[in-house]
Amino acid sequence: MSTDITLADIVVIAAAESFRGDGEIFASGMGTIPMLGARLARATFEPDLLVSDGEAFFVGNDLPLGGSDKVVEGWIPFRSVFDTVWSGRRHVMMGASQIDRFGNTNIANIGPWKQPKAQLLGVRGGPGNTISHATSFFIPKQSTKVFVEKVDMVSGLGYDRAAQLGDTVMRHHRLPRVITNLAVFDFETSTHTMRLLSVHPGVSVDDVVANTGFVLEIGSDVPISRAPNESELATLNRLDPRGLRHREVA
Amino acid sequence: MTTDKRTTLDSAVATLESGMTLGIGGWGSRRKPMSLVRALLRTDIKDLTVVSYGGPDVGLLCAAGRVKKLIYGFVSLDSIALEPHFRSARQNATVAECVEYDEGMLQWALYAGSLRLPFLPTRAGLGSGVVDVNPLLKTVVSPYADAEELLAVPAIRLDAAFVHLNRSDIRGNAQFLGPDLYFDDLFLGACEPGRRFLSCEKIVTTEQMLQEASFHTLRINRSMVDGVIESPNGAHFTLCTPDYERDEKFQAAYVKAASDTTEWEAFQNQFLSGTEADYQNAVAQWRKEIAS
Repeated sequence: MSTDITLADIVVIAAAESFRGDGEIFASGMGTIPMLGARLARATFEPDLLVSDGEAFFVGNDLPLGGSDKVVEGWIPFRSVFDTVWSGRRHVMMGASQIDRFGNTNIANIGPWKQPKAQLLGVRGGPGNTISHATSFFIPKQSTKVFVEKVDMVSGLGYDRAAQLGDTVMRHHRLPRVITNLAVFDFETSTHTMRLLSVHPGVSVDDVVANTGFVLEIGSDVPISRAPNESELATLNRLDPRGLRHREVA
Repeated sequence: MTTDKRTTLDSAVATLESGMTLGIGGWGSRRKPMSLVRALLRTDIKDLTVVSYGGPDVGLLCAAGRVKKLIYGFVSLDSIALEPHFRSARQNATVAECVEYDEGMLQWALYAGSLRLPFLPTRAGLGSGVVDVNPLLKTVVSPYADAEELLAVPAIRLDAAFVHLNRSDIRGNAQFLGPDLYFDDLFLGACEPGRRFLSCEKIVTTEQMLQEASFHTLRINRSMVDGVIESPNGAHFTLCTPDYERDEKFQAAYVKAASDTTEWEAFQNQFLSGTEADYQNAVAQWRKEIAS
């Protein structure tokens, strides 16, 4: 790896890769790195994606983070967001405070829901997202507190819960990627349990296992997460001129 | 013949009673009818069921012990993710009953209420923690060939509704000028006639509304509104674009004060102990002090 490529760059590329092949849908990123991933994918290999300004508009140009010089190509107030979610024409990348081996996620609360030890965001749009369209996750600090055997509250459905709801739900439900500061994961196993897809440069498989609170599927030869090429890096620097991505992971 | 629906904040909230179900428009820390909420805090009304895409409206009502039941899609301050008073209310279990919905489910509950339907079906929420912690939620099976089992989100009907818009005429035809109506029309639609209160930045003539923006912004009509209150800066400290952005400094001060009992008492004395005019003056004074 060239020395001027950082962990944040690797992570943004992994985020962008999760949108590969999505075509003409709403690529929605919650937070700096997911948003950059969606914008980078659109600016490079997935040009038909729609991306938003995080407020109420689809942005037609390659808008840098924090930029205001936007070409508005559509209006997407919250009501239209919900319509788009339920229609399935969306792939969101969001956070998770806990995730289990089937991809059940929790952003709602830690401890019992009735009287939580820590009230977090609540379920927000997680139930509707995960039952309607592709949902990926970005987790800036992987640990056994986050990668857990059982989540305290299911805000996003994992594959086991989706399977119990029948064929229609299973057709819509998809968790393409989980990206952390250590590695990239998917659920493309026969049992739809989490699989280690690649480790970031300088991270060992043992590091990943030590920070995972459940049994991971691990192949015999785990590749290294890919770095951005020169042109991708140039685009990324244009989309994030102030380097906000470097504050998210280190 | 035109009906002049103008009223005052205090007259509006005086029509509410303890135990009622109140819906509050806006979204998180965006275009919240804060001056109506502040007026409500000046009354003795309690044991409310509050329905909201919550922000500081829910926070303030929880902190003041006015909420018996809370039905929410979330409670957040947007730029500050966690609402401190809501957080302590949940962690100390000071609100007797909480109903937590997926964001889209809450829209469906209000939409069903506004259409006088008993429920609306959706997949959102099925299989999630929302149904795990809410055994009262039922499902319904599609009567068609697919026979799919769907979540039946029960309708919410409101006894009172508060919303804050940018402009209104004296009859309650109202206009939003920002990027999003949120679900204000559904809060008004789900509410029994009589206590549907709309505050606004400015009351204008009916003709003036279309001089300022296109007809697409006229999403609230007078059949949905019982009382209109001109309340400049009434959404403060939440945003009310294009009239003003969120007062981030004040919001940060609110959050800081909420973290400590003594500081919160001081904050209440400084800002929430008088009329709406007193509040606005105290905010203006506070701005001068932090600027100097």
